[in-house]
Amino acid sequence: MKEEQVVGQSVPRKEGHGKVTGAARYIDDISIPGMLYGATVRSQVPRGVIKKISFDEHFDWAEFVFVTAKDIPGKNCIALIGDDQPCLADGVVNHPEEPILLLAHPNRHKLRKAVEAVWIEYEPLPAVLTMEESEQYSQIIWGSDNTFKTFLIAKGDVESVWGKADYIVEGEYTTGAQEQLYIENNGVIAVFDSEQGITIWGSLQCPYYVHKAMMALLNLPAEKVRVVQAETGGAFGGKEDYPSIIAGHAALLAMKSRRPVKIIYDRMEDMTATTKRHPSRTRHRTAVSKEGKILGGEIEFTIDGGAYATLSSVVLSRGVIHAGGSYYWPCVRIRGKAVATNYPPHGAFRGFGAPQSLFAMERHMDRIAQAVGLSPVEIRRRNFLKPGETTTTEQVIREEIDLGKFLERALVLSDYRAKKLRFTHENGGGPVKKGIGIAAFLHGAGFTGSGERYLASVVGVEGCADGTVRVLASSTEFGQGTNTVLCQIAAEALNLPYKYVQIAQPDTNQVPNSGPTVASRTAMVVGSLVRSAAIGIRQTLAAEGLHDSYTPEEFKVACRRHVAEHGELRSYARYDPPAGVFWDDQKYRGEAYACFAWAIYIAEVEVDLSTYAATVEDFVALQEVGRVLHPILAKGQIAGGVAQGIGFALYEKVVWQNGRMQNGQMTNYIMPTSADLPPIRVFFEEMGNIHGAYGAKGIGELPMDGPAPAIANAIEDALGVRFDSIPLLPEDIFEAVSNSELSETR
Amino acid sequence: MIGNSKRPGKCEVSLTVNGEPKTVRVYPMERLLDVLRLELGLTGTKEGCGEGECGSCSVVMDGKLVNSCLIPALQVAGATLTTIEGLALGPRLTALQAAFLKCGGAQCGICTPGMILASRQLLDKKPKPTLEEIREGLSGNLCRCTGYMQIFEAVMEAASGNSQ
Amino acid sequence: MRSDPVDFALRAPGTLELVLSMLASEPGTWLPISGGTDVMVQYAAGKLSSRQLVSIWNLAELRGIEVLPDEIRIGAGCTYTELREHEVISREFPLLARAARWTGGVANQNRGTLGGNIANASPGADSLPALLAYEAELVLVSVRGERRISYVGFHTGYKKMRMELDELIRVVSLPRRFSGYFQYSRKVGARNAQAISKVCLAALGRIRDGFMEDVRISLGSVAPVPIRLTDIEQILKGRRIEPALVDLAKMKVATAIRPIDDIRSNARYRAAVAANLVAEFLTQLVNSGTLA
Repeated sequence: MKEEQVVGQSVPRKEGHGKVTGAARYIDDISIPGMLYGATVRSQVPRGVIKKISFDEHFDWAEFVFVTAKDIPGKNCIALIGDDQPCLADGVVNHPEEPILLLAHPNRHKLRKAVEAVWIEYEPLPAVLTMEESEQYSQIIWGSDNTFKTFLIAKGDVESVWGKADYIVEGEYTTGAQEQLYIENNGVIAVFDSEQGITIWGSLQCPYYVHKAMMALLNLPAEKVRVVQAETGGAFGGKEDYPSIIAGHAALLAMKSRRPVKIIYDRMEDMTATTKRHPSRTRHRTAVSKEGKILGGEIEFTIDGGAYATLSSVVLSRGVIHAGGSYYWPCVRIRGKAVATNYPPHGAFRGFGAPQSLFAMERHMDRIAQAVGLSPVEIRRRNFLKPGETTTTEQVIREEIDLGKFLERALVLSDYRAKKLRFTHENGGGPVKKGIGIAAFLHGAGFTGSGERYLASVVGVEGCADGTVRVLASSTEFGQGTNTVLCQIAAEALNLPYKYVQIAQPDTNQVPNSGPTVASRTAMVVGSLVRSAAIGIRQTLAAEGLHDSYTPEEFKVACRRHVAEHGELRSYARYDPPAGVFWDDQKYRGEAYACFAWAIYIAEVEVDLSTYAATVEDFVALQEVGRVLHPILAKGQIAGGVAQGIGFALYEKVVWQNGRMQNGQMTNYIMPTSADLPPIRVFFEEMGNIHGAYGAKGIGELPMDGPAPAIANAIEDALGVRFDSIPLLPEDIFEAVSNSELSETR
Repeated sequence: MIGNSKRPGKCEVSLTVNGEPKTVRVYPMERLLDVLRLELGLTGTKEGCGEGECGSCSVVMDGKLVNSCLIPALQVAGATLTTIEGLALGPRLTALQAAFLKCGGAQCGICTPGMILASRQLLDKKPKPTLEEIREGLSGNLCRCTGYMQIFEAVMEAASGNSQ
Repeated sequence: MRSDPVDFALRAPGTLELVLSMLASEPGTWLPISGGTDVMVQYAAGKLSSRQLVSIWNLAELRGIEVLPDEIRIGAGCTYTELREHEVISREFPLLARAARWTGGVANQNRGTLGGNIANASPGADSLPALLAYEAELVLVSVRGERRISYVGFHTGYKKMRMELDELIRVVSLPRRFSGYFQYSRKVGARNAQAISKVCLAALGRIRDGFMEDVRISLGSVAPVPIRLTDIEQILKGRRIEPALVDLAKMKVATAIRPIDDIRSNARYRAAVAANLVAEFLTQLVNSGTLA
């Protein structure tokens, strides 16, 4: 096997220079002459009929531009999967912060005051603010039964196992909303021209999602909509579908005013009005043999979608498919449901349903261990999937993965056994209790089932006039390394130095649709297409006489010559679904994902019973990822994801009141600082992946799945008290501990 | 410092930014962050929260790290400021910036200008900081992407080049 | 940013004398702003009711730390950074130095001032329990001259204090008599840095011949003002600190404080943690062997 030169190396981040010098230009760094600022007047009630909109007559409304639903040229919806979400509320509102009216003005400060000077009277309607209320149909707020989507996975005959079980273990596990908290707030600039159409620059993940949404909203043909991604300061899914909304707003104002319009949210607006991770509730009922083997079971997975459908069906899908974890289920029935409530719609956040259902699965495994009298290690070892066995969707595990051995490596790396013993002894006296917990899990990368086929992604590679090479893809960089990795792959495929390859700014006028930058698909799926397209360039030049083992200089000469003669040198590659991969969308059965990445995370925690605060003291993250394309970027992804997972478990709580987030500031929505995180020790194994570029599997979301259950397991280990709900704040630990016997023995 | 007329109006504020004298005509309660970004076109300093929590707006003022979103323009009169743009002279990067690039300390980059200035300040005070000192020195700069690990490595890398 | 700079006046007269005459000529009109780490947050949130501000940042008369034989006089305009880096403060008043380290991050410590912390009077302000425990004295100044008052009892209610509308805090004075004391403080917040405190305890104790000779226990974030647990101090004075007494002190904490439920935490939690911290202080005091 040829030794790779570029792939596998930690080459410099392609756009890194601008980031460390302050030259990188994010949306709010960009101004256009004549630009107006835009702002949004939003609902103050969770549900109601708009009775009247009035404008403070003492306010100077000169120079203001107004847009309501009536101004929408096309369809008043944010086109995504369904079309139930209005761009602007028209007569009714279904969640706090729902956009109703748009304003624009040259002065940002006057604009702010103007928003306060619009008065809206509502006839409030009863709001549904819990999943349970939604399920009980106290009010019907969406469709006929408040249900966005359901799924059923049925493998084998579950009814047959209850009678045979030595133990039936039940549990209910819940997770709360989580804010993506990218440090750069949402922002866009829109420019309209009756000839060119609409141009949007934005902080966004998916230019072609915005493109599609603008076509429908503004009633414009494809060639009159242009979307360009600006440097984006973090996204994590929070800029997957939301940008279509803010872009639509800026576009409407730009069309009305015939001026460029910039909309930038401040932190409070971004936190309170935009999407969050779906809250979840999982109920497990599992039949277990006395040897600790899972015989079968039922899993009910429910997520709160908020007021409109948006991405809930897809989040539900992923959550449901991952609900069984990395274990062998001889039979199982998994029911998934996404319900409507009157919260701002929940959306994509790294992991996308899997962190929720895997939290439940991994907490439940420890519960099963206790019921049966086995250790958390042993219960997992006895139930791990083996090559040749099938997942809950009956996907055959074809990789030669040995999860038992994998677990063993994680235990050694974390010194698990010695620590467990030591903690048992040391936890006697004193208020500080230590514990250690395991999470074993998997993450399927790429779109589920036939999703990638549906996306039909296209990538281009271009040989430029100066002999260098350019990657053409709509895949966006927002810190995770898209630019770097795709250029590495192209350089490798072309046998050129990394510095010879650039990547075009994602601009729908310039690049083909390589699909959304989500689902951990970029390195694996889009990377494969980059490689194919690059090989296409080689083949074209080879046909013109360029020999196989060309030097970079020879390549340049050949490339320049071709471009001079033919005007351009381009090669495109389109996604080709791998043969023998079968997915049944009706029965939800088959090969859900081209491949899974596997992981074992071990968290060591300390709980101080004088303050009831739990902190993570050490963290081992071991994962099998196919191939590490860029060691530093890969490590950075895992460490960052673990940090967010620690936040999910212990720090990040959304405080809701009547459907509105109350703690929409960085001072009281708590994410970890540099003083709060343990050493995050990252280890990789590489088994390759025939479906991914150079053997890579997707890794962006994987690290989000493991930390929370590992931490909750560790806290139970430390205290002997069970916690099945996150976030787990000191106040929650206090309640549980003071209700248990622990308080008496201290 | 100059007094103003009783009715609120703009005032002239003179300061030194990245070695250059500047005079701006602004409202006294304009935030230093906006003076830098909008009046002086120095957009390297970022707004992440507007409440002094995230540190993306950090600059160095009279030798001390400060959050520019919390400083009114009038209080900057006569001050000497360094922003991210002023860190490197010309196209060459400082050792610290190079270390951030080498170690993966910058992912999305939005916290990076503030983080680099905070690291610069830390290294000026403690040329060979311990990990604990780095954690504390950077605790006012939030990063959502990296989990901080590679930022610590970048600071250690830059520190290892320090002569003391 | 939810305020319009157009609507606000900020003046910087440049000397204490000029500031004081502004405050005297229009009492209650001009809000003093020093480092701005509290005021500017309110301003950015659109919650600052004062439209006229006067800058007291960097006034020479409010700066400086003077070390005298019996007291240390801290200029109210000293920043947290100056406090935590001062050798005598670190050595003899570690509770104050620690509080300075706990407040915000480095950037906010470089701007936040001790006088500002006192005058802003947030119930959760980090340095106030330490000042109460040390029984600081304040030198207040106005056009009428200076007066010196005890910091104990300075705060009379939520954001109400024994200070005239035209007065400023000029000096915070700490008596240099705590070298022989065991000193304890602990802040409980949502995370290790940049956290508003949920409970904050600052305490001093001295044991002589096995008996508690002097004890001061001060708490923040459990009442509208920082408080001393004087009832508990009385129970402890002159007694041997034994487990039963520690338990009694713990029990009494609940009635001595008035914590609330708010966005950050709840009353039950705060009460339980406050009691735990008092017990921890007493236990550590006994174990420290700090004997006179």
